[in-house]
Amino acid sequence: MVGQAEKIEAVAERLGARAGGGRSLWADARRRFLRNRAAMAGLAILVFVALFALCGGFFAQWSNEELDYMVMGQVAELGGPSLETGHYFGTDDLGRDLFARTVQGTQISLAVGVIGALIACVFGTVYGATAGYVGGRTDGIMMRLVDIFMAVPYMFVLILLLVMYGRSITILFIGVGMISWMEMARIVRGQTLSLKGREFIEAAQATGVPGPVIIARHVVPNLLGVIAVYATLLVPLMILTESFISFLGLGVQEPLTSLGALISEGAGTIAYGTMWQLGFPLLFFVLTLFGFFFVGDGLRDALDPKDR
Amino acid sequence: MLTYILKRLAVAIPTLLLLIVVSFVLMHSAPGGPFTAERELPPEVLANLNAKYGLDAPLWRQVLNYVWGIVAHFDFGPSFVYKDRSVNEIIAQGFPITLTYGCLSFLVAVTVGVSLGIAAAIRQNSWLDYAAVGVSIGAQVLPNFVMAPILVLVFTLWLGWLPGGGWQGPEYWILPVVALSTSFMASIARITRSSMLEVLTQNHVRTARAKGLPERRVILGHALKPALLPVISYLGPAFVGMITGSVVVDIYFSTGGIGKAFVDSALNRDYAVMMGVTILMGALTILFNLVVDILYGWIDPKIRY
Repeated sequence: MVGQAEKIEAVAERLGARAGGGRSLWADARRRFLRNRAAMAGLAILVFVALFALCGGFFAQWSNEELDYMVMGQVAELGGPSLETGHYFGTDDLGRDLFARTVQGTQISLAVGVIGALIACVFGTVYGATAGYVGGRTDGIMMRLVDIFMAVPYMFVLILLLVMYGRSITILFIGVGMISWMEMARIVRGQTLSLKGREFIEAAQATGVPGPVIIARHVVPNLLGVIAVYATLLVPLMILTESFISFLGLGVQEPLTSLGALISEGAGTIAYGTMWQLGFPLLFFVLTLFGFFFVGDGLRDALDPKDR
Repeated sequence: MLTYILKRLAVAIPTLLLLIVVSFVLMHSAPGGPFTAERELPPEVLANLNAKYGLDAPLWRQVLNYVWGIVAHFDFGPSFVYKDRSVNEIIAQGFPITLTYGCLSFLVAVTVGVSLGIAAAIRQNSWLDYAAVGVSIGAQVLPNFVMAPILVLVFTLWLGWLPGGGWQGPEYWILPVVALSTSFMASIARITRSSMLEVLTQNHVRTARAKGLPERRVILGHALKPALLPVISYLGPAFVGMITGSVVVDIYFSTGGIGKAFVDSALNRDYAVMMGVTILMGALTILFNLVVDILYGWIDPKIRY
């Protein structure tokens, strides 16, 4: 009996594997994603950038705050990238190790991107799903509000906020997320509207499940694919926003730094021939953005049935 | 058409008022007033200062005064840092410059972007198509604050062809315009290309070809108009992006536009100037979106007013 049960289990497993591999939305999407060469390249780039941000610190010979007095004042001549001095990426204008600073900047830029996108996603999803599910006049008012919010040049408002409440990194994280939930809300609302008439929602309503629970249990899980796609595409936009503000000198403050702040410093000194100060931060900036865009596009191709 | 415009206006005006009120309330809820910056002022002096700038009135009255000043006299009030200058003067100084290169950039982005997109769509899978797609992918990761230093590096420092900053004549316009317009040009090219490709498969285009029209007339007379619809709806976001990007241009190229005033006021905590610029930019954006909506309604027969 035991042997038979095992055999049945094995058969069931094989069947399940075959059926799951062929039919489940996620398995299907994974296969499509793995076949997409641009997306896989993007993923490889992202893994590299993430490893650099997480483990780069172990390889740095200098900390990000130490000043190298040997190169100070002669950064253009002595501060270039070299293995001997331990400044793999050279030094910045003050003689700080650019490798360690780029690691730190990448960490902060990634953190802002991911956390900002997360905030925008959570807020946009809750808002959009509520508007779509409740419908009627509430929906009209909520979406009209989104229209109004979308017509405001947010960068100015965000800078206004940053200046008023001190340029803390928390405000930056939250602000960057809060200015970009509207697009998400629109997409989620549209998808919710098309889900609302389905039988399983009707069944839940018929059995007396309260609205918020239906949204959380039945609507949002069915939107996860779309949410994942737009979340991935939001991350590079968040990084761009943060870098923009930091480029103007209004974002993260010393001793913290971000890729945008490093690019700004590098861009200010190109006239002195210190190309590496612009080059290395720019390289990681461009790599990160490319990675996220490619992965996001790949996810969209894999998960969004409309675009196929 | 008139009711449609009026309807859009009915949304635009409250939006603008909301922007003014929200930024005003934000400004007042900020910790510390505009005069509590460096050293403690004697209470009498502070009271006098507050009275001079009208900050002693109740908040609702201040908001009303501020809104009334803007609506009735187009007056944004005095600067809090520069005692002898009003926000209007500061804006009037930089705004023409911003407007000049902003309009130029917008024209460049739209004309070059649309033509590139059409060319790429007509010659799909040719080298031109690949080049256009490549440029539009590349430009996604090259926003204006990355383009600006690269352009200066190449055209000013290496080649020495163009001045890398200042605002004295047309040759000073080129780099700011290129830096500001490139990423939008690329987006417009991408959008035009994909919508053109879609339109070219539609029935009315096939009919136009079947009746023997020359390709040029098929494209320009029948395919272009519907293909432009997604481009037009992208113009609003592009406009916001350009307004924001102008701040970078002003800082990096020292063009002396309004963005410089904005960043300076942000660093000086000159709330009055910041609000003035924010509200002006917000008003421009809302106005522009209104124009885009009307344009859309005019070009798309499916929209009923």
